[in-house]
Amino acid sequence: MNQFAVELRDVVKRFPNPGGGEVVAVDHVTLQIQHGEFFSLLGPSGCGKTTSLRLIAGFEWPTEGEVYIQDQAMGRIPPYLRPANTVFQSYALFQHMTVEQNVAFGLEMEHVPKAEIDHRVGEALEMVQLGGLGKRMPRQLSGGQQQRVALARALVKRPAVLLLDEPLGALDLKLRKEMQLELKALQEHVGITFIYVTHDQEEALTMSDRIAVMSKGKALQIGTPVEIYERPNCRFAADFIGETNFLFGRVVSMKGDKEATVFVEKLAQEVVGLRQGELSQGQEVVLSIRPEKIRLADKAALQVNCFKANVVTMAYIGSDTRVIADLGNGLRIKIWEQNKISTLEPSAYYSEGEERWAILFPENTLILPRE
Amino acid sequence: MQKQADQQIAYRPRPFFRRFQEDPTSQGLALISPTFIYLFIFMILPMVLVVILSILTRGPYGNVVYRLNWQNYSRLIDTLYLRILWFSLWTAALTSLFSILIGYPLAYYIARAPRKQRSLLLFLILIPFWTNFIIRIYAWIMILRTEGLLNTMLINLGIIKVPLDILYTPTAVLIGMVYEFLPFMVLPLYTSLEKIENAQLEAAADLGARPWQVFMRVTLPLSVPGMIAGSILVFIPAMGMFVVPDLMGGAKTLLVGNLIRNQFLTARDWPFGAAASMLLLMLTLAVTLFYTRKAGFGEELLV
Repeated sequence: MNQFAVELRDVVKRFPNPGGGEVVAVDHVTLQIQHGEFFSLLGPSGCGKTTSLRLIAGFEWPTEGEVYIQDQAMGRIPPYLRPANTVFQSYALFQHMTVEQNVAFGLEMEHVPKAEIDHRVGEALEMVQLGGLGKRMPRQLSGGQQQRVALARALVKRPAVLLLDEPLGALDLKLRKEMQLELKALQEHVGITFIYVTHDQEEALTMSDRIAVMSKGKALQIGTPVEIYERPNCRFAADFIGETNFLFGRVVSMKGDKEATVFVEKLAQEVVGLRQGELSQGQEVVLSIRPEKIRLADKAALQVNCFKANVVTMAYIGSDTRVIADLGNGLRIKIWEQNKISTLEPSAYYSEGEERWAILFPENTLILPRE
Repeated sequence: MQKQADQQIAYRPRPFFRRFQEDPTSQGLALISPTFIYLFIFMILPMVLVVILSILTRGPYGNVVYRLNWQNYSRLIDTLYLRILWFSLWTAALTSLFSILIGYPLAYYIARAPRKQRSLLLFLILIPFWTNFIIRIYAWIMILRTEGLLNTMLINLGIIKVPLDILYTPTAVLIGMVYEFLPFMVLPLYTSLEKIENAQLEAAADLGARPWQVFMRVTLPLSVPGMIAGSILVFIPAMGMFVVPDLMGGAKTLLVGNLIRNQFLTARDWPFGAAASMLLLMLTLAVTLFYTRKAGFGEELLV
């Protein structure tokens, strides 16, 4: 058994810029994707995630570095010889072929015997719950059904790796949620490695075993959804996934082997937080704390990290009450309190102008280097 | 508020306009009438005139005598005329075929060129149209004649010893016709090729198709509508063409177009010419209908 399903070793992809010069789409990316893993490339548009996928599929060749599929260097091997298949964002179904012919296409290219093709096509269509629609033309299907055809067409080839380029992007929200769960279940059922490109952080968190957060061609952080959300390693990752509050400051002193004290300029006070990565004294840093991890309390419950907070606005959204609080000097932070107790009592939901204490628990406050 | 409501009640259209408001059929007819009037004046009326002309009699001085005469049509059923008709059909079909063979790579190249270059390339195809058609045909005569550009070049290169006799043969007619009608093939072909999503070609490659398989299984079938549209646009005018056979075919090559023109201008037998026109019309219609029924109507023509 080979070591990795897919590996990118220090891959760089540059494109000539029409206006002259070059654009770096993928910038020294190294990824190791395990067999049977559901791996997501997550990032905003233009971050290089689709280019990375196309490098694996073989539509593009790396400028530097090497792509390996099942430990085999891909070099300049064309797409039709790679053991990877793609589900395109636009589905790219063959408009002049029926659903069955679309799904059979890949097997015909492999010269699979006719009887086996029929069998496998039927099986694949059943798997994506499209049995009975085989004789339709793609344009007679809904967006969600076309999506399933694209999936069946790629999966029927039984590839080592399935590459999915924002496959749910064109579907409406409800259908997208359904398809997310279905895709995940399907992936567990077939056991094929999925590499999934998306800009939707919730989608990535829901489905993936591991996520690579990408920005400006770089893979900034690679980890499980929990690691990515709870321990972002940089300001971009903290900002892009979920919501967070940033406080800018400078490291004053190290505290124990995990924590450090940071002087926050705007607060003119010290805040204790959890060190992320190597930090040195005097270094400029940014503190990241998620809104749901801050407590609003009547009194200062801790020795440190308790600040007087003025409720500026509050929004009751059912499950949560979302508060924007002023810590003084115009420093405003978002605080989300879960409504764990069912009550009509107004004081349970805060009101504007109210003064409380905001508690930033040190173990919830991450100290990240300021890029 | 009250005043506004009063005004609304006070407005009563006249009976003529009220009919329009209540009757969707007369509304529709009123809206389509400009098109209908245009078609009546420029298409239906002239056609009716030709039909009437085709059953009248030629007078002794080449004038038209208003006497019913069905012989114009029975005269057409003659091996001489049928052979001309068959030859015209054959030439028009070959013109369409060669336009596809030459036009396809060209249209493919333009459709795959960078977006910015495409309009320039399409523009280049249309540039020859700025020159008079007769002048361009004479340019071809200069190239093809016995001491012309082509023969001189081939002899000087030592490829041939005796000049080729191309001019004033059916081949020359075909060359002239293909040259003339090529843009009508390239433009619809380009339209259908340009519409093919790049992702579909990538999907085919991704599923294991080699480049030529991608072409045969995806590109070619998806460009069929363009081929049909182009063939219709080339075939119909090619059937009626008479300038090219006149100038490049010498006296030897006669197409239906020449026959009709000769009847009107040389023989001054207008009724017979009109009858031949009707036959050409019917034949073209039949071939086009057969073709579109067989292969589906070229949707590029419907746009």
